[in-house]
Amino acid sequence: MSQNLLQHDSPPPIVTMSKPSQLRGMKPTRQGFGEGLVVLGERYDNVVVLGGDITGSVMTSLFKERFPDRFFSIGVAEQNATTIAAGLALSGKIPFFASYGAFCALRNADQLRISVCYNEVNVKIGGGHAGISVGPDGATHQVLEEIAYLRTLPHMTLLVPCDYLETKKATIAMGEMVGPAYIRFGRAAVPFFTADDTPFEIGKAQVFREGSDVALIACGAMVWEALLAAEQLAKRGIQAKVINVSTIKPFDVQTVVDAARQCGAIVTAEEHQVHAGLGGAVAEVVAKNFPVPIEFVGVKDSFGGSGEPEELMEKFGLTWKEIYAAALVAMERRDRGLIGYRAVKDVPHYHPELLEADGQPAR
Amino acid sequence: MSAEFPIVFEPVTFDNRRRPAEEFAKIAQMIRRDIIKSLVLAGSGHSGGPLGSTDIFAVLYFGGYMRYNPQNWWTPRDRFVLSAGHMCPVLYATLANTGAFPKEELRTLRKYNSRLQGHPGRDMGLPGIETSTGSLGQGISIAVGMAMADKLLDQNGYRVFTLTGDGELQEGSVWEAAMAAANYKLDNFCWIIDNNDCQIDGRVHEVMSIYPLEEKCRAFGFDVLTVNGHDYGELCAAFDHFIANSEKGSGKPTAIIAKTLMGKGVSFMEDRYEWHGKPPTWEQARIALRELGEDVPEPVAA
Repeated sequence: MSQNLLQHDSPPPIVTMSKPSQLRGMKPTRQGFGEGLVVLGERYDNVVVLGGDITGSVMTSLFKERFPDRFFSIGVAEQNATTIAAGLALSGKIPFFASYGAFCALRNADQLRISVCYNEVNVKIGGGHAGISVGPDGATHQVLEEIAYLRTLPHMTLLVPCDYLETKKATIAMGEMVGPAYIRFGRAAVPFFTADDTPFEIGKAQVFREGSDVALIACGAMVWEALLAAEQLAKRGIQAKVINVSTIKPFDVQTVVDAARQCGAIVTAEEHQVHAGLGGAVAEVVAKNFPVPIEFVGVKDSFGGSGEPEELMEKFGLTWKEIYAAALVAMERRDRGLIGYRAVKDVPHYHPELLEADGQPAR
Repeated sequence: MSAEFPIVFEPVTFDNRRRPAEEFAKIAQMIRRDIIKSLVLAGSGHSGGPLGSTDIFAVLYFGGYMRYNPQNWWTPRDRFVLSAGHMCPVLYATLANTGAFPKEELRTLRKYNSRLQGHPGRDMGLPGIETSTGSLGQGISIAVGMAMADKLLDQNGYRVFTLTGDGELQEGSVWEAAMAAANYKLDNFCWIIDNNDCQIDGRVHEVMSIYPLEEKCRAFGFDVLTVNGHDYGELCAAFDHFIANSEKGSGKPTAIIAKTLMGKGVSFMEDRYEWHGKPPTWEQARIALRELGEDVPEPVAA
């Protein structure tokens, strides 16, 4: 993604609980995955990597160069690679297989269900090219549905880290845990903003910014957008809590329910279909434990397309502006009660007039 | 008048050693009887494939080809993966006859909480069940992964066997696995194809032909042997050939195409694809067991 996606109208300084700091630059999350694998290779002799012909693209090439004896090419055969990984795991190895999410989460869906998850074997999958920010490759390669599938699989651990560094930490952590796990990462360079001491723990959502007016719950690259939205909301006197859900499964119920209690209004944001992904997970736990209005920012039941990442993020409504508008809608629904619900649009869209009220020119 | 009769599982087991071909007949007959008994008690399940492949299992597990310790299964051992998971009644009966678990447990096939799931489930921890299978085409890839782990990394010299059906070969990923086995020169890998030309909907060559099979396997890089899957001598020779390949490091995986008859050993099931996925009734079980040499009493009039 080019700089220009980041340099929104005025890049705000992020005030946080000493967690993510300033923008440190732009880096693709896939690089964090590739580097994390090398760290694992150094630490553990039984970590092996399977290639699916796109090793440079998902950066397993870093491991391949460093540990050629523990790298095995399987070719363009994701079903086979997934099940071979199960066989390796049943023989005491820690196999990683990485490809594009479209192929290593969905093409091999049955293999993941039976040979990996039902078997409960120590297979690790790296799913690259996630989300619309894949860019020019177009709809076939922009996977927007896999969170929905993967989070229904028993025994699965599902990680969606927010930037390069968190992806590296998460990759190492998934290699060190026991059991099936999947990590989702992207192609484009995206904001890199977490620090070495930003906490990461599988199963724990992190509050990146405190606030009690509305909770912005995001995963992946949308976490940065949520932080930007929070800064804009602050200009209107609205304090938003920003939560980074880097583990979709097992889901951190407590942190989300606490946010629902404290804020009474929630926005979810993800580079995924609005159905059954992070938003679905949040809706499930909130509906059960503490129902409050939720607005969902994500791709609205459509496929992607070709274009530059920032053009697509804009077109499909995946920027801070949609999160900002959705936050106002969620709070309105909260404050106006049931009668107000009908008066509010179901799906939030970018409202230029709201920004103009802030003196921020619409793009 | 009830057609039911008492089912007794004979508490005998067999040892695993090189033996003359004719000795396998007795073992196979015991396994076939145990299959019929467990299926009639279950009231559902697959009869045809298990009976048809029993002779292969008898030779593999009781002829010294698979190396295992029935008293403590999870020790260094050769691996067998039943890729055609629905054929598990023969695997369960075979394992019980090794002494891996009590034969009485065959009564629990497909029952609530049983370790003998309708398709093998690794979660149940039954000795000898290396992996869950049941979704066709996956077991062979798992077996390839196991063979890779030893051949390319650990080098402990263990052998990996897998058995697929022939209808299963319509799953494309089977051929992905075959490609990988040859690519990595897995001479410790033996692929057995139970070729009875029967699948649920009819004859394999009519539902979707997989032929010519021998040529396909050869083109995929396998050392291919076609045998009569009910001839113990031919089966032994084929497994001997595989072990020679494996020990001398031939660099080629072995495929054994075993020509079998579905339902072998029970006259009314033999070579009838209708028996793919159903169990015998009590009356049919009585006839089957008699044909398999067990003296079952006539039903008593009430």
